[in-house]
Amino acid sequence: MKYDTIIIGGGISGLVSGIKLAKNGSKVAIVSAGQSALHFSSGSMALFGHDAGGDILRPLEAIAELPATHPYSKIGPDAIKSMLPEVKPLFAEAGITLNGTEAKNHFRLTPVGAFKPAWLSMLDYATVDSLDNIPWGKVVIINLKGYLDFYPDFIARGLNACGLDCDIREFTLAELEVLRKSSTEMRATNIARVITGPVLDDFACEINRIIDDTKADTVLMPAVVGLFDEEPVKRLRELVKRPLRYVSTMPMSLGGMRAQMRLRNHFQKLGGTYLIGDSVSYGEMDNDRLKSVYTVNLGDMPLEADNFILATGSFFSHGLEATPDTIYEPIFGLDVNASHSRPDWYDTDIYNEQNYMKFGVVTDEDFHVFKDQRPIRNFRAIGAVVGAHDALKEESGAGVSILSALKVANDIINGK
Amino acid sequence: MNIENKQHYDVIVIGGGATGAGTARDCSMRGLKTLLVERFDFTAGATGRNHGLLHSGARYAVTDQESASECIKENMILRRITRHCVEDTGGLFVTLPEDDLAYQNNFVECCRKAGIDAQPISPEEAIRIEPAVNHKIIGAVKVPDGAVDPFRLTVANVVDARRHGAHVLTYHEVVGFLKDQNRVTGVELLDTKTGERSVEYADLVINAGGIWGHHIAELAGVKVNMFPAKGALLIFGHRINNVVINRCRKPADADILVPGDTISLIGTTSSRIPYDQIDNMEVTPEEVDVLMREGTKIAPSLAYTRILRAYAGVRPLVAADNDPSGRSISRGIVCLDHATRDGLEGFITITGGKLMTYRLMAEWATDLACKKLGVNAKCRTAETPLPGSELDRHEPQTDMERKSHVIALSTDQKAAEGRHGSLSTEIKYKSDEDEALVCECEQVSVGEIKYAIDSLHCENLINLRRRTRMGMGTCQGELCACRAAGILVKSNRCVDRTLRDLSAFINERWKGMYPVAWGESLVEAQFMSWLYESVCGLDRIAKPEDKIDEK
Repeated sequence: MKYDTIIIGGGISGLVSGIKLAKNGSKVAIVSAGQSALHFSSGSMALFGHDAGGDILRPLEAIAELPATHPYSKIGPDAIKSMLPEVKPLFAEAGITLNGTEAKNHFRLTPVGAFKPAWLSMLDYATVDSLDNIPWGKVVIINLKGYLDFYPDFIARGLNACGLDCDIREFTLAELEVLRKSSTEMRATNIARVITGPVLDDFACEINRIIDDTKADTVLMPAVVGLFDEEPVKRLRELVKRPLRYVSTMPMSLGGMRAQMRLRNHFQKLGGTYLIGDSVSYGEMDNDRLKSVYTVNLGDMPLEADNFILATGSFFSHGLEATPDTIYEPIFGLDVNASHSRPDWYDTDIYNEQNYMKFGVVTDEDFHVFKDQRPIRNFRAIGAVVGAHDALKEESGAGVSILSALKVANDIINGK
Repeated sequence: MNIENKQHYDVIVIGGGATGAGTARDCSMRGLKTLLVERFDFTAGATGRNHGLLHSGARYAVTDQESASECIKENMILRRITRHCVEDTGGLFVTLPEDDLAYQNNFVECCRKAGIDAQPISPEEAIRIEPAVNHKIIGAVKVPDGAVDPFRLTVANVVDARRHGAHVLTYHEVVGFLKDQNRVTGVELLDTKTGERSVEYADLVINAGGIWGHHIAELAGVKVNMFPAKGALLIFGHRINNVVINRCRKPADADILVPGDTISLIGTTSSRIPYDQIDNMEVTPEEVDVLMREGTKIAPSLAYTRILRAYAGVRPLVAADNDPSGRSISRGIVCLDHATRDGLEGFITITGGKLMTYRLMAEWATDLACKKLGVNAKCRTAETPLPGSELDRHEPQTDMERKSHVIALSTDQKAAEGRHGSLSTEIKYKSDEDEALVCECEQVSVGEIKYAIDSLHCENLINLRRRTRMGMGTCQGELCACRAAGILVKSNRCVDRTLRDLSAFINERWKGMYPVAWGESLVEAQFMSWLYESVCGLDRIAKPEDKIDEK
């Protein structure tokens, strides 16, 4: 089978580049092993939120100061500025409403009641523009009885620290009681499957009752509504009499899963081929070009393309692998930027900077990958597998994924 | 605390390991008014940092007959009194092509002398019994080894001590001794959580502090020279073997592979460390490499099995010679009456020995205590089952009853019964929520967590892990730590402390993960960081307390 571009990895960077290319009329295939980091998303995306000096309010200013090896520096501040306006519309076309702006970070409320800088947040997630004078009035935090992945006490502590007054309540519905009969089914995805259609009315009715009871001005709930699309979220907006905001839960991340599904559907609607549950086993080279790749499911049938994109993520997504004495890129054996001495990989305090987080494949200025120190002319890497940035410490993971994806897609479109 | 209402104890036992808990049990069963004090949590020291091997004694047969025969006797006793903590796996001593087969003959002879049922079998038979063993073995001997859960064993002793009237204080460190001339009259305690100081009085103080007993003796003004020998181990993600596999040679590094609960353990290394390093139990890359190199010789599949974590403990051996490995030293029990030894009345040290002989050590110490206090009471710990192992009259007796009992229980209830034995009937399932799972890897329910909080001295997540196995499974606490914290906060109502505790728990899990952070372990570690640091921002609001007690 022959494509214009084949993307290896179906997470956020693979999908964004795939959508961009497909919209431009390219014939694109994505090979995806299945779950991606999006399944564990916070419901928000960060561009650049933090450095040694603390939280960053204006990410673009900070990006301009980064060292040349950083993926943002390779993309270039000007290119970043020109691509940023594309992001929200791209997601909106896929059915994902995002709020926020690159001009100034906002803050999202985390599952344990901290506030972290964010760039774009999904519809009705609990965010504030500034930590001073949060305009929520009196807050009620509502959990569903027996739901163990949401922690009202921790969130209340965080809000109290910001001077907010909070109540904590819980309720249940007959439909949820069915889930509770099993010891493992009271999880976000299962709840979301129940809280839909006519059940939304009963759900809203319970919330409104609590609002009357507590005289709350704002309601916070776990993000357990809207698995397949935003409709239930929008419906609850209409039915609940006070602003209802969602706080991300421990995995699975409902917002993240929804985004993954919407992006994938959108990509397919644009004519893209999404090979799910498959993975690339090896590639065939033709001098300094990648000619084709072979997958587990398709066996000896080659997938050929003019261009290839590696979007396989970090260790967590198996884009990189570690053995006791080496770090390697498992599909093609690409050159990697990593120490091969284990003690260099980690710090003994988990909250300190961990060197392994920055490991990635070697790329040139345009993200071409290398094998045996030679660049592969039609093969580029995007997203977490690029490394050279600390997505956790910088709060830059989503931004690097999306912007490197757009840059590489643009370069391919422009025949660069 | 009100001084006028102050208790006066017959005995204060220092140390919440198996020996201290066993001694508190024995003392209280003999009618002594007993207080057990532990500076951190039960099993925080060497008790919780070993193989969990129910030694047959065979390992010591060639080098130390006395230890070997103590072991086999205690082995048989523990199978009776603590059957819910013991798994009768059986054990093999295998000879590899690189080992001397002549050693095996002498080994079998020495085992028989010590009263250990050692049966030479063919390599083929050994492979049939335990397919995970290296198929190139040239000799094999069957011995009555087993697995023992030191966490449950210790807690069962504490529960029984309490039932017999003992008082128990965890997170209380002895920082000084009260003395009246040449007599110890009590201890000065520091609450390691709050920093408050207090005193407790007793006629007799028993030092059962393991390696830390060296320092405790110093505080009392006497010298007991202990020899800290560090041993590192690796935990594998599932049970590779169902039978204990030992290497049939002079004891050396990484020659025992023990199955326990859901995992297998390889160990140990042995290295001499300075006394000031006994609280610093980091596992080095070199130790990991040795364990992997030697371990894969006895069970080749270890090479491609996920390693969950690495940990290390310190053997509390009493210094006797200059052996740099610490292995030729007798594991013999040392029971010191400091009145006759040092002229200090009211103070006993019980040390040396090993997990296997904790009960015998407790018996010796309590015998001496009774003699000194003029109490005439016989030791009954060898016959009396521990809580959890009593024959419950409701317990199914016939096969049919057993079958219907098993069918009636959910998976987590079965797991809880495996962990707590007959005590599992104290776990209350009052609502559907109590049946919900907190830890999916180890099948720990909300009800079991609540039971541990209410009845088993659990103040934090690390305590809960030791009592229930929550967080010990393949995800290393990623998903259950937060859930358990959510339950804990409902009982302690202290949100700040619980968040710091959660933060410390995650870091504690990492301490065991980073030495083996490659392959799937690194994947899990990156996920853990992603979740707690990036998604939650836990590091922003709750830096773990400066003093992390259990590393």
